[in-house]
Amino acid sequence: MRYLDREAFGKLVDALAGAGYDLIGPTVRDGAIVLDHIDGAEDLPSGVGEEQGPGTYRLTSRDDDMVFSWAHGPDAGKRFLFPAREVLCTAKRNDGQLTVECRPGDERPFAFVGLRSCDLHAIAVQDRVFLDADPHYARRRERALFIGVNCAVPGGTCFCTSMGTGPKCTIGFDLALTELPGGFVVEVSSPRGEQMIEVVRSREATEEEVRAAQAVTTEAEGQMGRSLDVADMPELLYRNREHPRWKDVAARCLACGNCTSACPTCFCHDIVEGMSITGDTATRTREWASCFSEEFSHIVGMEIRKSRESRYRQWLTHKFASWIDQFGTSGCVGCGRCITWCPVGIDVTEEITAIRATDGEVEVAEEVMAS
Amino acid sequence: MMAVDLRSLEVPPESAEGTPTRVATIRRIVQETPDTFTYWMTFRDPVDRATYRFAPGQLNMLYLFGVGEIPISVASDPELPARIAHTIRSTGRVTDAFRLLKPGDQVGVRGPFGRPWPLREARGGDLMIVAGGLGLAPLRSAIYQAIRHRGQFRRLMVLVGARGPEHMLYRQELDMWNQWMQFRGVETYLTVDVADDQWPYDEGVVTTLFPKVRVDPEWTTAFVCGPEIMMHFALRGLRDMEFPMDQVWVSMERNMQCAIRVCGHCQFGPKFVCADGPVFRYDEVADLMEVHEL
Amino acid sequence: MSASTKPRVAVFKMASCDGCQLQILDAEEALLDLAGAINIVNFAEASSYMEPGPYDVTLVEGSISAPEQIEQVKEIREQSKFLIAIGACATSGGIQALRNTQDAGAFVRTIYPTPEYVKTLATSTPIADHVRVDLELTGCPIDRGQLLGALSALLAGAMPRISTSSVCVECKRRGYVCVLVAKGEPCLGPVTRTGCGALCPAFGRGCYGCFGPSQPPNTDALGRRLVDLGLPSKLVADKFRFITGWAPAFREAADAIADGRKDEEVAAP
Repeated sequence: MRYLDREAFGKLVDALAGAGYDLIGPTVRDGAIVLDHIDGAEDLPSGVGEEQGPGTYRLTSRDDDMVFSWAHGPDAGKRFLFPAREVLCTAKRNDGQLTVECRPGDERPFAFVGLRSCDLHAIAVQDRVFLDADPHYARRRERALFIGVNCAVPGGTCFCTSMGTGPKCTIGFDLALTELPGGFVVEVSSPRGEQMIEVVRSREATEEEVRAAQAVTTEAEGQMGRSLDVADMPELLYRNREHPRWKDVAARCLACGNCTSACPTCFCHDIVEGMSITGDTATRTREWASCFSEEFSHIVGMEIRKSRESRYRQWLTHKFASWIDQFGTSGCVGCGRCITWCPVGIDVTEEITAIRATDGEVEVAEEVMAS
Repeated sequence: MMAVDLRSLEVPPESAEGTPTRVATIRRIVQETPDTFTYWMTFRDPVDRATYRFAPGQLNMLYLFGVGEIPISVASDPELPARIAHTIRSTGRVTDAFRLLKPGDQVGVRGPFGRPWPLREARGGDLMIVAGGLGLAPLRSAIYQAIRHRGQFRRLMVLVGARGPEHMLYRQELDMWNQWMQFRGVETYLTVDVADDQWPYDEGVVTTLFPKVRVDPEWTTAFVCGPEIMMHFALRGLRDMEFPMDQVWVSMERNMQCAIRVCGHCQFGPKFVCADGPVFRYDEVADLMEVHEL
Repeated sequence: MSASTKPRVAVFKMASCDGCQLQILDAEEALLDLAGAINIVNFAEASSYMEPGPYDVTLVEGSISAPEQIEQVKEIREQSKFLIAIGACATSGGIQALRNTQDAGAFVRTIYPTPEYVKTLATSTPIADHVRVDLELTGCPIDRGQLLGALSALLAGAMPRISTSSVCVECKRRGYVCVLVAKGEPCLGPVTRTGCGALCPAFGRGCYGCFGPSQPPNTDALGRRLVDLGLPSKLVADKFRFITGWAPAFREAADAIADGRKDEEVAAP
């Protein structure tokens, strides 16, 4: 374990920017700690905290200069590695000759500062979707650097301990920081991480500092706002496809798609064709889509998931169950963003717990009950 | 100390391009029904013409400039892949735009994708093909293949249903098979829901052909494709005949936008229809097919 | 393309403020490309010159709110191969449809010194209530990009793809912080159709629903949530009864909230 004081940490971040990296880190904007392009460590949310609950998020102020003493804002790495809108291909037609080009762009590589363990796990989940299939994603992913942060203050909707994805960073980082009042205990986990830490003055962390860092994690583990029993997945949700809870949640669900957008692993997207008004250049654009939209399941003459309950069931069952069959991992990392950013505060942990409590219950059609 | 060059961390670019789009030229357009056309096309690039291969039941993403891509199964002989056919019914935003194509126009072709009809597994026994309406298109390539290798099967039965005579795809070809191919052991059974005076075959939904065929379920592999309601009744008919579920194969339809299992639209329970399908063994999906709005 | 082979496009207006037509004029650089690709033969806001039909594409702005407009729009329909209703007025009756639940005659008598000269219908209704409409572009005003996208698609021979997802889908794509969750701001985004680019949330304000209902909206659940946020139920009903208040889903939502409120009042004492 290494130790960086605050000044050295700032220099490290500056060095990454100086080396041409596009710095992505947390910063305060529009009443939230968002993940955005930053110029340096001075943009980090110093002395800021947050309160999260179902359907509610508020910034708070802290009487210290800690920069990572909060859980997470609405965004994770997804917004940058799998952008919400991206041109995949450009097609041209000249004298009737068609050409289609689909090369990834050559933007500046990202250096992520301050991703949480849940966010790093979410990237690992999306890797299984995109890394082999999509060169655009693969190129950004392979070039990016990751400075993780061991979570100190989980939010009111967090349940990463239930999903085995936090609060301590275990995968997907080059460096992982634990923030202490004076500086950072740093775990170096990759050759790139070793090169990065060489850039600034660091020292071996003292035993006391390492113990203090461990205590941060232990304390965070005890502060999860939510918990979830994921035993018997995927079968629990597979055998409850006709459970009455789907109708119950559909009465509350807005089908607005906020949960899917806020989810750091949701990967569903539309492919949209655009055409210049002059008719010579067309673009194939990928944009985030939501399985909550009726049009999402459109086939000729119909929408397959017409009812809201079928769409909620699709999302929750995909996230917690069929994802396991498809990708060998749960689609949920327990970050709780879908709970916080749901405008009506629907809580996945509550919905699954309700289904588990009445496992096997089947919705009986009204006419059957009447007879 | 500061001698470390962080730029050395850069990963060199690769020339990855994902699944390539090949350009094909429309050669011939055949009207099949009032709203359905078959587009014959050849690849523009000689290398593509020489190397492109597909298996029966697989699909291509066809790209229309400025309009978009749609998944369409290949409806021609897999052993003549230099010239491929796609049968398209105008029913939507992209398919309607295909109506404007003329011979000489170019389209993009990405593919082939998906799991094909398992002709290999059907060898040695009887093969029964059951198609409804446009569902004949993804089965046509399988029929060609089966006819080419007729000796590999005992009986070869082709059952086709349509709403009316004017909605029967590949009508001339079916008439031809019915008249001439029976000598080569290809049994063709045609029916329409509502016949007219000129219709020389059966009347009734496709399942009404089942008793006539006198199939031996234990020795028969069935390939089924058609509109959802037709599939429902055809599969029920096969179950009633005590067909082993693992000898029945179906082709599914879902919204598809990428064909490489990343866009998420074609999910059917845990399956991605574009990659795990579109052809499924019935026992793999029978339970899922019972779930409303899955 | 020569002027004769370019598609003939006409723009008409019914009862409206011309704001949607201005979106076309404001398209700036795209306007030149547009002028190269289509032949605008009738555009009231831009020129008094008018050519007779038939038209390949006709854009109709505004609602039907006066008797003569009923005949006028039928005539336009007959002259048009592809008719696009543009804007909240043309697609849901517009803000002037607020009169549909009131005594419109009383307004006329109150406002105009000689009401007998004013010929008006009791209701303001969308174009589709009167003639077949091939495509609706909603919004107050319409989104320029959506209009240009629709025209480009039609030029390519395809039916334009108009998303029916919620404003939230676009709001999140753009990375705006949710005003409802982070500020408790009343927002109709979750039940409103995308297309505006999440314009109001971009400026920290709740969505007014001017693009009309998304497909299909859960207005009951959002209405309950807005009441929970501390908004009186009358104001919640008024939020739905606004720019696109005559769109069936929003009309029913407002009525349901108003009915519920009456029940509460009855129950309260």
